Amino acid sequence: MKHPDHVKVRKKKTRNQNLAFVSFGIVSFGIVAILIVILSFIVFHGFKALSWDFITKMPEDGMTKGGIFPAIIGTLYLVTGSMLFAFPIGVMSGIYINEYAKDGYIKRFIQMMTNNLAGVPSIVFGLFGMSLFVNKLKFGDSILAGSLTLGLLALPVVIRTTEEALKAIDNSFRIGSLALGASKWQTTKRVVMPMAFPNVITGLILSIGRVSGETAPILFTVAAYFLPKLPHSIFDQVMALPYHLYVISTSGTNIEASRGMAYGTALVLIILVLIANLLANALRRYFGKKVKMN
Amino acid sequence: MVSGTFTSVIVLLIILFLFKEGAGLFNQTPMEKGYVVAVNSSNPVSELSPAQFKDVYDGKIITWKSLGGNSDSIKLFRVDDITSYYTEEQIGSNFEHLGECISKLVQKTPNIIAFFPKEYADSSFKGKTINLKKITAWSFVSEKEWFPTAQPVAQFGVLSLILGTLWVSLAAILFALPLGLATAIYLAEIADSRVRNILKPLIELLAGIPSVVYGFFGLIVIVPMIKNIFHLDVGETALAGSIILGIMALPTIITVSEDALRNTPRAMKEASLALGASKWQTIYKVSIPYSASGITAGAILGIGRAIGETMAVLMCTGNSAIIPHTLLQPVRTIPATIAAELGEAAQGGMHYKALFALGCILFIITFFINLSVELISSRRKGGKNE
Repeated sequence: MKHPDHVKVRKKKTRNQNLAFVSFGIVSFGIVAILIVILSFIVFHGFKALSWDFITKMPEDGMTKGGIFPAIIGTLYLVTGSMLFAFPIGVMSGIYINEYAKDGYIKRFIQMMTNNLAGVPSIVFGLFGMSLFVNKLKFGDSILAGSLTLGLLALPVVIRTTEEALKAIDNSFRIGSLALGASKWQTTKRVVMPMAFPNVITGLILSIGRVSGETAPILFTVAAYFLPKLPHSIFDQVMALPYHLYVISTSGTNIEASRGMAYGTALVLIILVLIANLLANALRRYFGKKVKMN
Repeated sequence: MVSGTFTSVIVLLIILFLFKEGAGLFNQTPMEKGYVVAVNSSNPVSELSPAQFKDVYDGKIITWKSLGGNSDSIKLFRVDDITSYYTEEQIGSNFEHLGECISKLVQKTPNIIAFFPKEYADSSFKGKTINLKKITAWSFVSEKEWFPTAQPVAQFGVLSLILGTLWVSLAAILFALPLGLATAIYLAEIADSRVRNILKPLIELLAGIPSVVYGFFGLIVIVPMIKNIFHLDVGETALAGSIILGIMALPTIITVSEDALRNTPRAMKEASLALGASKWQTIYKVSIPYSASGITAGAILGIGRAIGETMAVLMCTGNSAIIPHTLLQPVRTIPATIAAELGEAAQGGMHYKALFALGCILFIITFFINLSVELISSRRKGGKNE
């Protein structure tokens, strides 16, 4: 051979590359394996607890028997309440930031604040919700206080996805509409929003997934350990799935005996969140294709 | 316009409410209401910190020397001890002479420190009442002891909580960053699009699992595992929390780093390959240095998530407020403390305010983390335009 050194270098190069690529591949699949382990662990154990009675009955015998119906209902109330609050405001903010605000300090400031709000830890939302809604505004521990707190937490998610959805729309649509004599608001309402709608809905579903699993913000604003009755008004306390899972796995009257209930609750919670995520993904893919085709 | 500024208003409201409640803690003395501490009038000590008084009370400090006085040993007197100095006749059947007795006792015992209800320290009292130092922002963050409900003097020092939070979060990132970075490189540069389209949504799913489910998984699987592997008495340790937090921080690190890696200009990579570099050499000599700021942003964001995480840590770390020396000890973090104690703290009391002050610290930490991420990513955008 003419240049044995070159061959050696090339061999070493290939060996290093293969080593790196294979180990990176292993790590990546390892991380996915963690996900699968966690999911299958909970599905496997939770499946035993799952039954029709489990999701339609009240808890019995100090949370060791019966179902988790009130917690499911509570979570549904909270999710609905928080979205009723966060969705309109979030979408309006997103429209304002993307369509109306001029580039400059104010827009940058607003975006910075939105990002900051997204980074605030959920327990701080809980503290804030407690001091403003529960104590200052005297809502007490109630669905109203909990929904507003969760809504604030979801707000940055809704704003961001709305912004992204609007950004993805080609400017020529706006210019075309304005050229036909439509006003800015007519353009936004009739042209931009219908096109952005699918992605905005995706954001809504994603934030539903996020809100339904949050525990820290509802600890001090709404969640109840056990209630024998379903709530009657927005000023009542409710049980909620994530809080229910927390209490029966750490501080129940009989932790070992309520283990099965805990697995079941975790499974229901995960199913709820997974459905939201998968739905959002499917929608994104479905509408993504449709928009491209048009 | 109004809706656009809504988030800014909320952030300002959060700051206002948190800091208003939290600030109420400072400039107060954490002593049981209606009690005083007094010493002999010849004693040079005139002020004690809450931690010092607690140590005296618990018998951990036994000479005046360590408190800035002479070398006498300390004689602790509580009002219940009065019967071992005076007879019931001297005190009076309705304690009408109790004040006089305490006064006399304090006057004749030079090394005494007396702790008794304020009503007995009237104008005829001959001893010297001493002040407990007030809680300041500095004492709050620099004292180590956190006994918010201790009698007679509550201790509000959060250093161990701050260190616990940092320990757990940094350990989590040390474990998550290499794994996350490797995965980001794999997804951005190595994997073909079919593999990527399967892996990416699954990793995003990891971010969707609620933290309380992670906590539950950690409690049932990881905690017993650690207990068995290291032969510990309890498995709830900083390590368990770090592992769970690391897994939770992975999606953030992967997504942000992968985006950064993807932004490496094609021309740069192709130039490197054309010069004879292998794909792997191109990745670590071109792509990684180019996207270093993005990767840093991902890591910082991951730390921010880990610091603010509440439920998973609350369920897995054992929650004891000590400064940890190894990862195999239980620790307590700031968010876990708030979550565990706020339910029991009386509204408007010192404990309640101290928890809000903790919330302020948490808010400040995460605020600066967000700000630095913002700065890093805006600098990156600026660089691209050049």
